[in-house]
Amino acid sequence: MMSEQPPGAAADAAVARILAATVHPSAGAPRGVVVDSPPGAGKSTLVVRAARELVAAGERLMIVAQTNGQVDDLVGRLAEKAPELTIGRLHAADSRPGPEVLRHANVTPSDKVADLVEQDVVISTSAKWQWVRAEAPWRHAIVDEAYQMRSDALLAVARLFERALFVGDPGQLDPFTVVGTEQWAGLSYDPSSSAVVTMLAHNPQIEPHRLPVSWRLPASAAPLISRAFYPYTPFRSGTGPEDRRLTPAVRPDGSALDAVIDRAAEHGWALLELPARHTVRTDPQAVAAVAATVRRLLERGLTARSEQGEAPLTADRIAVGTAHRDQAAAVRAALLKVGVPVDGTTGPAVTVDTANRLQGREYDVTVVLHPLSGRPDATAFHLETGRLCVLASRHRHACIVVARAGIAELLDEHPSTEPVQLGVPVAFPDGWEANHQVLEHLSGHRVHLR
Amino acid sequence: MSLLTTLARLEAVRSGRAEPLATVRHRHLSERPMVLVPLTAAGESGAPLAVMLGTDRDAPRLHLVPQPLNRTLRFDFLAALAADLLPYLESFGEDVEQIEGSEKDPETGEKTQVFRELCTDAPQLIVPNAAGVHHLALIGRSTRFRRTAEDAEPGPHPAPLRVPLLGRWLTHLTDRAQVPGSSLLLPMTGLLARHWATGQSHLEDQHLAARLAWHFPPPGLTGAQAAELAESERDEHGQLVHPPAGPATDPAFDAGVLAPAIARYDAAVNALQHSTEQGDEAAAEHARAAVRSAVEHLERALRAVLLPTWRDVWQGLDLLRTLPPAGHLEERWTGDRWSYTGHRDRLAAGEPPQPRQDDAVTAARKLAQREREQARLDVQEALDDPLAMAEHRLSGEAFSGVVTEVVLEYDTTGRSPKPRPLVTLRTADRPHADLGREAHRVHGPSAQKARIVAVDPAEGTVTLRVLSGMGRKKEPEPGSLPEPGEPVTFTLFELTVRQSAPLPEPDDTPWTHGGPPGTAPVAGPSATGPSATVAASEDWE
Repeated sequence: MMSEQPPGAAADAAVARILAATVHPSAGAPRGVVVDSPPGAGKSTLVVRAARELVAAGERLMIVAQTNGQVDDLVGRLAEKAPELTIGRLHAADSRPGPEVLRHANVTPSDKVADLVEQDVVISTSAKWQWVRAEAPWRHAIVDEAYQMRSDALLAVARLFERALFVGDPGQLDPFTVVGTEQWAGLSYDPSSSAVVTMLAHNPQIEPHRLPVSWRLPASAAPLISRAFYPYTPFRSGTGPEDRRLTPAVRPDGSALDAVIDRAAEHGWALLELPARHTVRTDPQAVAAVAATVRRLLERGLTARSEQGEAPLTADRIAVGTAHRDQAAAVRAALLKVGVPVDGTTGPAVTVDTANRLQGREYDVTVVLHPLSGRPDATAFHLETGRLCVLASRHRHACIVVARAGIAELLDEHPSTEPVQLGVPVAFPDGWEANHQVLEHLSGHRVHLR
Repeated sequence: MSLLTTLARLEAVRSGRAEPLATVRHRHLSERPMVLVPLTAAGESGAPLAVMLGTDRDAPRLHLVPQPLNRTLRFDFLAALAADLLPYLESFGEDVEQIEGSEKDPETGEKTQVFRELCTDAPQLIVPNAAGVHHLALIGRSTRFRRTAEDAEPGPHPAPLRVPLLGRWLTHLTDRAQVPGSSLLLPMTGLLARHWATGQSHLEDQHLAARLAWHFPPPGLTGAQAAELAESERDEHGQLVHPPAGPATDPAFDAGVLAPAIARYDAAVNALQHSTEQGDEAAAEHARAAVRSAVEHLERALRAVLLPTWRDVWQGLDLLRTLPPAGHLEERWTGDRWSYTGHRDRLAAGEPPQPRQDDAVTAARKLAQREREQARLDVQEALDDPLAMAEHRLSGEAFSGVVTEVVLEYDTTGRSPKPRPLVTLRTADRPHADLGREAHRVHGPSAQKARIVAVDPAEGTVTLRVLSGMGRKKEPEPGSLPEPGEPVTFTLFELTVRQSAPLPEPDDTPWTHGGPPGTAPVAGPSATGPSATVAASEDWE
């Protein structure tokens, strides 16, 4: 149940418990500490604080993240927030870290771990850590986005540390593989399952900690996301309904696009619905509708006001999320055609990417091409809870979903038919139920596009 | 399903015939494959009923269990199957070649030359469908731990001598069948699905006869009509004219033919037992004849439902042999030969049967191998087959075009200038060619990497800076660069497969994965240790 504590105090208490368990473990305490964090609950801040306190306690430490983007983000944040730390950025021989990482004086890049062992903190991707042959393992590790990490990757890196803090969001996308793994389904160490799931199965004495407050999601989104995707571990928004405001400078022109933008600005959610139709994945009309919405968002000169201050809604504060890479490519091409920048190297640009790559990112407004839009079937891929959860939880202000009509009927025609495997815990909520919940909420904010 | 496959399926609907998905054959076919059509008895998971097998399409051999619930008869059947199949499987173990390699001494780090044996060929089993592979895996699992009379403690029901060995071979083959691109054990429906599209669903494609109907529709019928006929046409006794390819049998066959035949067998056996107990030799003689006759009756019935599928599998093989072999088949078959040789060596070394469950490290290793092989298969199929490459071109991951210009430029940042020429090509493809993205040249004289430096979608041109594959000299090696007018293809995915990261030895399994196997059992359904204990009690007959 929600406590009556103010959100800030509840979050601080949770963080204090986690840091105590990580930095000063009691004798006989389990070797792992697990933190479940809903979207935008201050996971990255926690990682920075844990790193600082561990180093302050005289430890050297390794950090494992999952993608190069996550590693660079984390290095930048650590270097900025903790200038007293020396940071080693371990990278692959053929991929130098980005320039924004190297401008910090306390960051040392290298592709050889031997050059970095003296650093307070060494950060790399789990793929790179797997190749490290270390003589003297670190005592402490932090595993970031640990639910995204696959069990077999943890198997390969666990020899490098004695204790670890696992931080991640259990509601996001599970790790995946393109080959069949039914043979290991139900094994506690199924190599294709998530690293945290495996680690917890073998260390049942570990009680996962939870971060109870989402600082990212506005008051309009947290209850829905919590109810639909985290039914047994509810969380709340750190801000109230009046704390976030989106106000357009340009009056609506009466079009459906403006109606949808106004709805999103007012309610935090909007559904732009196209007529029902079965389409190819890169549905040209839906893609064009996404691009037109983004363009209109920029044209109407919105201002985003929040507890952090007031700022114009620029292109770099908007993201478009899709299920497939070819859809992202099609949206990018459509945006270029209507004159919206999508290349971040030449100035502020709209981010267009798949759910997998948007994990852990944050924007003011997101425009989502619904994974089930225009589909004749609802496969396990498109029903996956994590995919919808990622897409619907990247925004600080508003989320606009673009979809063809008929998704509810499609869901009803395709109950999930995946075989039940012995020993595999049933995932709650299932994608079917979560999809229906989100859709039902969106249907209250529907605008038809003809 | 890719757009091209969808298109091929739509075309198949329109033409009423199977449409090609490949221009070459992407799986190795043995000169002497063993075709094996298994049937299972309804009601008990994995209970064998019969199998038809052989390497000669005109001489199929049939083995059957006259009473599928009787364990003694089941093991008699498995012994007969082992006696039939093992000589084939083992026959490839004799002929070997010596492969030179080097081995690093762990102490001194010195490399020494070693030779390893590699069997020059390997067996190949063809079953009708994926369910057939699964059935063989079940038989393997249920037999490889059986104790025989040769064991120190044979137990109350020792299995025939060679049955556990059969189980170990079947386990190896079905495990290998999980590796993408492997060819030791292949389902015919999967083979056909890789090479041709039909106008029906993937589920319907699992019915071998319905699938083949799209290839050979009778005159006047479309593929869809012929497939429906193959699935549902029944004779005057209500029996399917074309029985399903199994291993499950048609319920009408079970009820109308099989059950009465088994009942007749049971009655004859009971009569024989009764007359033997009574000491009535004349009646016993009569009953023995009745048993023989009942078995023959069962044989005729089972042969009748198996033969159509048997012929289908061979027809499928004929169809596949019309395609020329793909360029990389030899390389992938060598992997199968290593797999076969490895299993042969483990048997010869007296190693115990494969454990019931993989340990954490073994499972991770197998997953890594399968992912590696899947990546290799995707790349090799694209290189071998323009139709496979077309799928990548259509999805924007590759592009083909004609070179319009080659400009020699140099990178002068280093000590000596290095050639970094610009190649411009005109293409009708629409690749996801983001600037700065790496591209890889297909079918160049050597592996060649380039970076995209300019794209003009209106003109349909892409300009790449070639970064490697030009030799070590100041000037590019002659012939290493494409000439203007030359057709070229580049992919945006790498054409070599990355190595998998090293994993610990099973004895070094870390605490996150339960420590070394056998040290800390985990509660739950996976609590079975590596040792195999036979269920305490079992209904035997």
